[in-house]
Amino acid sequence: MLINTGEVMAKKEETKKNGRDGIGRVFRSRTKALEMEIDQYLSYIDQSALLLGEALKQYFAGDTQRFEEKSAEVDEAERKADELRRNITHRIYSEMLIPDSRGDVLGLIETTDNVADVAKKVASHFGIEKPEIYPFLKEDFEELVDTSIKAAQELTLAVRAFFRELYRVSEHLDKVHFWEHQADQIEDRLKRKAFESPEIKEFSKRVHMRYFAERISLLADEAEGVAERLSISVIKRSI
Amino acid sequence: MELGGLIFLTSGLYMGWSLGANDAANIFGTAVGTRMVQFRTAAIISAVFITLGAVISGGGAAHGLGALGAVNALPGSFTVSLCAAFTVMWMTKAGLPVSTTQAIVGAIVGWNLFSGYPTDQEALTRIMTTWVTGPILGASISFLMYFAVRFILNKLSLHLIQLDRYTRNALLLAGAFGAYSLGANNMANVVGVFVEASPFRDLSLFGFTFTGTQQLFMIGGLAAGLGVATYSKRVMMTVGSNLFKLSPVTAFVVIFSTAAVLFLFASEGLADAMQSVGLPSFPLVPVSQSQAAVGSIIGIGLAKGGRNLNLKLLGNIVLGWVATPTVAATISYMALFIMQNVFMQQVYM
Repeated sequence: MLINTGEVMAKKEETKKNGRDGIGRVFRSRTKALEMEIDQYLSYIDQSALLLGEALKQYFAGDTQRFEEKSAEVDEAERKADELRRNITHRIYSEMLIPDSRGDVLGLIETTDNVADVAKKVASHFGIEKPEIYPFLKEDFEELVDTSIKAAQELTLAVRAFFRELYRVSEHLDKVHFWEHQADQIEDRLKRKAFESPEIKEFSKRVHMRYFAERISLLADEAEGVAERLSISVIKRSI
Repeated sequence: MELGGLIFLTSGLYMGWSLGANDAANIFGTAVGTRMVQFRTAAIISAVFITLGAVISGGGAAHGLGALGAVNALPGSFTVSLCAAFTVMWMTKAGLPVSTTQAIVGAIVGWNLFSGYPTDQEALTRIMTTWVTGPILGASISFLMYFAVRFILNKLSLHLIQLDRYTRNALLLAGAFGAYSLGANNMANVVGVFVEASPFRDLSLFGFTFTGTQQLFMIGGLAAGLGVATYSKRVMMTVGSNLFKLSPVTAFVVIFSTAAVLFLFASEGLADAMQSVGLPSFPLVPVSQSQAAVGSIIGIGLAKGGRNLNLKLLGNIVLGWVATPTVAATISYMALFIMQNVFMQQVYM
């Protein structure tokens, strides 16, 4: 089953609101503002994955209009993340902050953005190509989306921990690897079913199913790619 | 003061310049090399605090060095200081581990041998013991500090950006402490041999007496400041990027622990306080800053589980204990002979 994201999103909105109020109070400190931008950036990455889950939930339920709405929200979250990423990069360079770990942090911020990019592309491809999801594959697709999102979420938790609680990074990274492995298995199962089942008559439709299974799974793959990078940065950052 | 006196002081000034160019660079090397601290800030802090340390607390270690052999004629002081400087320069060029402290001790012993004054065995033992205890103390302090800092950082859960800000400030404070301790402890190496034959007289200004020795230490401090301004940037960049790869936080631990070692062997106030409560005090003698720093780095290596411990560093320290004073004493003896018999200068009274 897909994770229920409504509650999570409401909490995120609240945090965002508090964050915005907070920014006004603490703007006296440039570094504090940068900290908040990084936090906000990671929230957008997180949101893009969660919103993709919401969008696909609607798609699988056949509600095209709601899918388009959620898809537009994924776009918006990705755009905001991009904007913040540019701000953060500019600020770190222009204010000569964290000279020692600048390369690692900027690399981390850049690659984390790939997760939002993938979320946006998956939503967009579903919107353009409108693949026909066969009922016998629906559950697998839902499970794949759910698992890939979990990998992305654990990644953002790991990145947050990298900035604040270094010793907790590894436990999140372990979970990223776990969910990515699960996603791989589901993807494999889904592809086998698509190619072995007599229910799909045309070869092109089998390939279409394979393509979308791979696209969704790419979210977890990207998360794992960043996780690999993060594990090296952790060693370098530990005193 | 006569012109001759000034000329004889030049070797001391050169030692001071070298102290500023090299030893001060060790303090801020990582901070400047990793661009956590700007060179200009580091240079100003170094110059000011080295001079303050030298003038306020420089006397203790100089007295300890004086006990080894009181070089009592200015041409003798000039020669001893020059030989120590030459030993440091030559051994550095040859890629051998060297310490100014051990060079000056060797050069003084050379003077004792030449002049026939007995070397105070007790003073020599006291000084040589600190060569061993200095790095060990540095390793112990940094070992303990490493765990303390790690514990505090884990407890505070600071954001990386916030940590960066605090680390910069901590590096500046530790750097100031390091520069003060360097001036207090190692300025004895620079001007210690001139104390007995000081060409300066006490000055009274606005009711304050500025002793000849303090003037000597201030001039040493200014020479060190000049060394910082003219040459230390190059050394800082080398220390920061090549020699010891330390993170800014571990650099703080190393700087603080090195400074603490130098301070312990220089502070008369601390020695008095320890004696007043019946504790054994640290002898006030110059110790090698670079060896205290290497000790501190080894301490961190041990705290990290001893995996990346470079045993060559330990070997270098031990080699420095033997090679430097031997070379310096030999050169000093020969140079004093030449000074006396070729240049017809009185090198001892």
